[in-house]
Amino acid sequence: MSRLSRRRWTSRIAMLLSMVATAFGLVILAAILWTLLSRGVAAISPELFYLDTPPPGVAGGLANALYGSAVMTLVALAIAAPLGVMAGTALAEFSGRSRVAAAAGFLNDVLLSAPSIVIGLFVYTAMVVPMGHFSAWAGAVSLVIIALPVIVRTTQDMLQLVPGSLREAAVALGTPRWRVVVSVVWRAASNGLLTGILLAYARVAGETAPLLFTALSNQYWNSDMNAPMASLPVVIFQFAMSPYDDWQRLAWAGAFIITLTILVINIGARALGTSKHS
Amino acid sequence: MKTSDSSAGTVADGPSMSGLGAAAGRPPRPARTRFGDRLFILLSRGSASLVVAVLGGVLVALALGALPALREFGPEFVWSDRWSPAKDLFGAAAPIYGTLVTSAIAMVIAVPLSFGIAIFLTELCPPPLRRPIGIAIELLAGIPSIIYGLWGFFVLAPIMQSTIQPALIATLGNLPGIGVLFKGAPYGVGMLTAGVVLAIMALPFITAVTRDVFATVPAMLREAAYGVGMTTWEVIRHIVIPYCRTGLVGGIMLGLGRALGETMAVTFVIGNSHRIAASLMAPATTISASIANEFTEATSPLYTASLIALGLILSVITFFVLGLAKWMIQRSTFH
Repeated sequence: MSRLSRRRWTSRIAMLLSMVATAFGLVILAAILWTLLSRGVAAISPELFYLDTPPPGVAGGLANALYGSAVMTLVALAIAAPLGVMAGTALAEFSGRSRVAAAAGFLNDVLLSAPSIVIGLFVYTAMVVPMGHFSAWAGAVSLVIIALPVIVRTTQDMLQLVPGSLREAAVALGTPRWRVVVSVVWRAASNGLLTGILLAYARVAGETAPLLFTALSNQYWNSDMNAPMASLPVVIFQFAMSPYDDWQRLAWAGAFIITLTILVINIGARALGTSKHS
Repeated sequence: MKTSDSSAGTVADGPSMSGLGAAAGRPPRPARTRFGDRLFILLSRGSASLVVAVLGGVLVALALGALPALREFGPEFVWSDRWSPAKDLFGAAAPIYGTLVTSAIAMVIAVPLSFGIAIFLTELCPPPLRRPIGIAIELLAGIPSIIYGLWGFFVLAPIMQSTIQPALIATLGNLPGIGVLFKGAPYGVGMLTAGVVLAIMALPFITAVTRDVFATVPAMLREAAYGVGMTTWEVIRHIVIPYCRTGLVGGIMLGLGRALGETMAVTFVIGNSHRIAASLMAPATTISASIANEFTEATSPLYTASLIALGLILSVITFFVLGLAKWMIQRSTFH
């Protein structure tokens, strides 16, 4: 074989392998979604939405877990969204080339990928131990810590896309800086800010590890934020690892609901984030 | 964070506004405006400091919580492999070993796959397909870790047990040297399965960074390389990869940081055994899986403190790896 054809063949084989790698990634995604679809849809029934998690062998649903997940994620977002947007604004608008801000952005990115179980341990030692009991509040706080860096990062990125001439025009009219940010910069980047909040929701909705020893779980319906509260991911964890068939079915139903929600929000957030540029 | 009076006026410089705030001799602004600005900047800076405070708070709180265990066992805690709740004796060696080995397996699998996908997306993929395939790969990152755990336990582990592991034992298990890693019974769950699941989870992160740094290679370099008659593979191997070496390593470190700390997916498929075994197919445990499994059952204060000490070790390792990753990616994308 000539040298040239050997080089060509090496290149072709390398390119073939890269196609195989891509196909592998897509097949895995399809396999996971297929498993969820085939096992989850079969387990979906109306009772899921109005019966509480049952003892083994009794008909039941996931109502208390769905409610707990909804409450804790929404409370977490209600706290994390304003904090995150303000912090992202500080990094993008009020820092210039300050070293402190660069360090804060750096630490934010570390926190973005920090192991969620460690966040759970932190909230346990800092909140559950002093309070003396597990609570939905502690669960919500640990979710805040996970959502916060996502919102900070997206906000900072999105605000930096807003053209400087907009700010300069507003300042030239004598507008106070805070007004420039609120009525001009935030408004121009509103889709981007919403994207960040949605991505944070998608991230937080499936988190299990930080809830294990903060919100714990609860077999019954509970709407008291000061008491342990069930959540969908924790119930999935408990039920999937159990030997009972009906519990495992509920776990698959929950897994299907959670993944569907998260993928829809993920795709929606992406569409929102890119619609402005096109 | 300092917000003294003197800085309130001049620090208010957005990325594109340098010069505006510093302008000398501008007319004084009304007191109400100044107050509003100061309050707003204070609030936003306060929120930013909160992020920093949380990260510091995590380390401090874990260190305090781990103190009883560290005082009792001393530095030996890190390399002792006994883990006996009944006798109140704890050592972190087995979980640390499991964490490092599963993450190493994950990197061995995920790095070539991610590079392959990034090469496909940047060099080969027809433009209309680029976005959908890219999004599909990114969606892998959106799937929650508990779902990977379920899938790994109910779908992947049986496949590993029935076909892949027996095949590995029959082939690689007979080799001298590395054969030790592939001996023993096919349990299905264990370090190898956990490594495979972690590889799938780290894949979208490494792919995303790799794509981004590939995009920083100047078109002129590529074209010059093609111009002298290089093949596509040679351009990637000798031009693109050397050009973005730092960024690529950063991407790998980011994936590694994710894999080290991953909890729920691993908890399902690791087998939960505090034993250091030579075989990659043996059940084991990782730092995060030990915490997730045992924390609510920890009866003695020393048990709890030992698990918190594990958490402290994990956060120190991951914060270091992630910090390094971030630094390398940043250095590589701002040429």
